[in-house]
Amino acid sequence: MSLRVLVGVKRVIDYAVKIRVRPDKLGVVTDGVKHSMNPFDEIAIEEAVRLKEKKIAKEVVAVSCGPTQAQETIRTALAMGADRGIHVEIPAKEVERLEPIHVAKIMAKLVELEKADLVVLGKQAIDDDANATAQMTAALLDWPQATFASKIEKTDGELTVVREIDGGLESIKVKLPAVISADLRLNEPRYATLPNIMKAKKKKIAKMKASDLGVDTTPHYDVVEVNEPPVREAGIKVENVDTLVEKLKEGGLV
Amino acid sequence: QSTLVIAEHDNNKLTPITLNALTAAKKLGGDVSCLVAGTNCGSVVSELSKAAGISKILVADSEVLLGFLPERLAPLVTATHNQFKFTHIVAGATAQGKSLLPRVAAKLDVSPISDIVEVKSPDTFVRTIYAGNALMTLKSKDPVKVITVRGTSFEAAEVEGGSAAQEDVALGDLPTDLSQFIGQELSKSDRPELTAAKTVISGGRGMKNGENFQLLYTLADKMNAAVGASRAAVDAGYVPNDMQIGQTGKIIAPDLYIAVGISGAIQHLAGMKDSKTIVAINKDPEAPIFQVADLGLVADLFKAVPEMIEKV
Repeated sequence: MSLRVLVGVKRVIDYAVKIRVRPDKLGVVTDGVKHSMNPFDEIAIEEAVRLKEKKIAKEVVAVSCGPTQAQETIRTALAMGADRGIHVEIPAKEVERLEPIHVAKIMAKLVELEKADLVVLGKQAIDDDANATAQMTAALLDWPQATFASKIEKTDGELTVVREIDGGLESIKVKLPAVISADLRLNEPRYATLPNIMKAKKKKIAKMKASDLGVDTTPHYDVVEVNEPPVREAGIKVENVDTLVEKLKEGGLV
Repeated sequence: QSTLVIAEHDNNKLTPITLNALTAAKKLGGDVSCLVAGTNCGSVVSELSKAAGISKILVADSEVLLGFLPERLAPLVTATHNQFKFTHIVAGATAQGKSLLPRVAAKLDVSPISDIVEVKSPDTFVRTIYAGNALMTLKSKDPVKVITVRGTSFEAAEVEGGSAAQEDVALGDLPTDLSQFIGQELSKSDRPELTAAKTVISGGRGMKNGENFQLLYTLADKMNAAVGASRAAVDAGYVPNDMQIGQTGKIIAPDLYIAVGISGAIQHLAGMKDSKTIVAINKDPEAPIFQVADLGLVADLFKAVPEMIEKV
């Protein structure tokens, strides 16, 4: 069985950007701020492309739910080796109110339409840090989930997955079809080469709306406010190890 | 109003974060029940039954629950919920809690609320976003609130004075064909566990390689400390990912945190900035870690750490 793989790619504020809370205190400043693909989703795409290179996957489809600019994120995925894209357009003003439950419903619906056998998602997005979409997609499909994956091997009709857990590593087997969430050490994502970026421009991106898929994106919660975290005051610099150890002893810390 | 706390354990002992989750559950108000699901987990049930403020411990003890697979636990939790109609379902924000609760939430058609740091009211919670660079207060509109709790943000509940009643829950027909537990490879160490240690020493890219972490292990052994690492050190392959402190790793708040050769990237600070005292050792005086450090030492770590090993 050669797999059709759906991969979720989210457009997020670039990890290197310093986040600022908006004056209305209902979100963070996104205008004029550099965005890129969620780093965990890059790992997800990389893994899917490697599955294709190993002939385990027959097609890799990159899905992004987001504003018009999410197409750039899909193009990045295509340049890394995905075969085609699906852009589920979310109006700009609704983007930050899109919750993992909505994305999971969209992914589950697309799995049905595309007859996908495997979904690979990043373990969390670095904007809302929710860590939920993969688990919810699996639940909606009644598929097994292999979260926080750091190694994947395909055997007959199933995947053996090594997962990152709190005290170390865990191995499980999941029956296909399945959902995987990618952790840091699954792989090192490749850079898109210029020829591949050019090729990606010719690949197809289908466009649709959440409502076309019958998914209701009404928020399940209201944002009351968004605040800056309390600032920790910088302490003092000590001259040498002796003073450091002395201070720690004074504080009863050693 | 009533809350179900999912107890996390290894079938022998309760995982400490369960007691932090219990405190969060008590802040919600109303009745608190706990679910202990596992395989030969009787000792966990008796340990937990001593904790105050639990009205009932629901027990599901079966071979089928070996490995705590979410494909089996989620239907068990939803079936238990359907029987008792809780208003809140709570677990610790650990690898296990984070795997299970969103799956439960999806089955209940509600939005899970991940990794809360504060309970404002039974429907209003605070959680961090953007690696701790912003705090969001949200008001859930869902009939059942499915919540994971950041352990370091809530005190551990006392394990005394309680005498909760026990009740077996029906296992029902759990899907055993979807997934299978093979085994675990837990890092063995005589040092305290990272999330429970009073002192944590962490190394970053400045350590230069994995062998040099031996310096930190030696210091840690003298200080009865746990050893962690920044994501940069993990990405560089110096140490395994389960040592990672940060928004994408573990979030800790020890009494003393010593950052060695760590520049202090935003995502790292998110994992340790609630530590009571922060010490930074870095040769770059401009490193952002010094902005959060109570005690900063601008020095070459390869000189400073051996000296500390001698002097503490």
